[in-house]
Amino acid sequence: MLTGKKTIVFGERDEISATATSACLKAAGAEVVYENTACFV
Amino acid sequence: MGTHPVIKNFSYCLAQVPDLVRYGSKPRRDIARDQGLEEKISRSLRSYPEAVCYPPNQTFVGNLTPEELAKIPRPWFQSRGGPGGGEPEGIGRFGEIADQELFLALLNVADVLKPPLFQPDELYRVRLEQRLASHPLFGADTSPSPPPPQPAHSPLSTPHPTSLPIYHRQERYGWFHRDQRAEGVDDENLAAHHLLENLSTKASAALALKWLLHREDISANQVDFVISCGEEACGDRYQRGGGGMAKAIGQMCGCNQASGLDIKNFCAAPASALILAGAMVQSGLHERIVVVGGGSLAKLGMKFQAFLAEQMPILDDCLASLAFLVTADDGLSPIIRLEPGAVGKVPIGASGSEESVYRSYLLEPLSRLGLDFTDIDKFAPELQNPEIMERSGSGDVAKKNYRKIAAMAVLSQALEKKEMNSWIQTIGMPGFAPTQGHIPSAVPYLGHATEAIRGERIQRAMFLAKASIFLNRCTDLFDGVSFIIERNPQLGPLEKQSNRQL
Repeated sequence: MLTGKKTIVFGERDEISATATSACLKAAGAEVVYENTACFV
Repeated sequence: MGTHPVIKNFSYCLAQVPDLVRYGSKPRRDIARDQGLEEKISRSLRSYPEAVCYPPNQTFVGNLTPEELAKIPRPWFQSRGGPGGGEPEGIGRFGEIADQELFLALLNVADVLKPPLFQPDELYRVRLEQRLASHPLFGADTSPSPPPPQPAHSPLSTPHPTSLPIYHRQERYGWFHRDQRAEGVDDENLAAHHLLENLSTKASAALALKWLLHREDISANQVDFVISCGEEACGDRYQRGGGGMAKAIGQMCGCNQASGLDIKNFCAAPASALILAGAMVQSGLHERIVVVGGGSLAKLGMKFQAFLAEQMPILDDCLASLAFLVTADDGLSPIIRLEPGAVGKVPIGASGSEESVYRSYLLEPLSRLGLDFTDIDKFAPELQNPEIMERSGSGDVAKKNYRKIAAMAVLSQALEKKEMNSWIQTIGMPGFAPTQGHIPSAVPYLGHATEAIRGERIQRAMFLAKASIFLNRCTDLFDGVSFIIERNPQLGPLEKQSNRQL
């Protein structure tokens, strides 16, 4: 579904981590060019 | 006597240090870019009475229960009056809210380096010593010292350009220096602001430890071991983060028979330290262990921008500290469940998905212990004060965590989806801890839980602490740690839940 798409992923410690979102995007064929999980606490 | 380790006692303290907000990581970096900002911050700082009145602070030091806090309308910062409508007090049932001058007095005595790191002007040095001497818990340990010999070139008249001015209510009390010795002058790890962070952790932790000893009515020499769970990183260029904070805190409080070590696990360090302390007691290695966590200077003013934007007082102006006494079973105090499988963990190989994380450190320990979600009377997740977090756009962290706990209960068919909100009302609580990293992570409720269990209001509580270990830049992993405390089995069963007042 996302084959050939480049993605930027932002996550949050108390929401959804970027790692988890990236795993989903990669499974859908996307290339993750940047990911970061922020901790606001 | 049973074999379980118990939470024998606890203490919680705050130090309201508005003039140190400028040295929090975020304000310090922003002030360096905007010279006018320091003045704006100064105009938005709270007074000590305002910080004492603040309901989340009253909850942290035990004068309000979380249930009572939940009934106080927000905004809390506009609330006045203490429990029962009386004048709020700086002395709490669990500890105290220290004012800034008292904290500077603690900082002064925490400093053991020669030449000193914290160098108050002579007038203020005497005042700080007198201040500490009049404190009921520290007074017996202190006596005014003679003035230190002045070096040929006094750092007071010609402070190093990197020395930090230390203020109290617009008055400059003195300077905080880097390590001025030959071996320290070119070590970036020994810069003034790093050492102020570390010494602030020590000083605030010592306040909590003193309160713990006082509450338990034991001498410092009766402590066998001290575990520090702060987020500071002590050490020089060859061992940055080497530690030693536990023994530094113990030394300041006179725990001369104790040894100690530091536990590092980001925000989850207090939970990890409590589990380790319990295991050491259960093994018979030590009888009486203190777990202590000092405050985080770096996180002062972390959300200051939001408060300035909304013309509110800066609410993240307190260093927080806590201490727990873990001992062998006394037949009365709440036990820590430490049998195999009782402690929740997030394995390295676990997926980073929320469901996987909560399955690992929430669902699995409950399952291994044969407990259902509804067997837990109270869950304590991240308990950051929402009034601080929401203004900066980070949301109500406690509420987010409760929704995930409830969602897991629904997924495991312990709860109907339509029951989620009412169940959260029963098992949850508002966050009430300042944004001090490790301090808000589940354990602010441990004192309240211990009282609720002793008072037969609850049977069991579960503590879920998260750690953003990916912040170390060495891994992309996340960590979670959980443990359960419950009514001491030697007291017999508690009457059925429907009759209890949660």
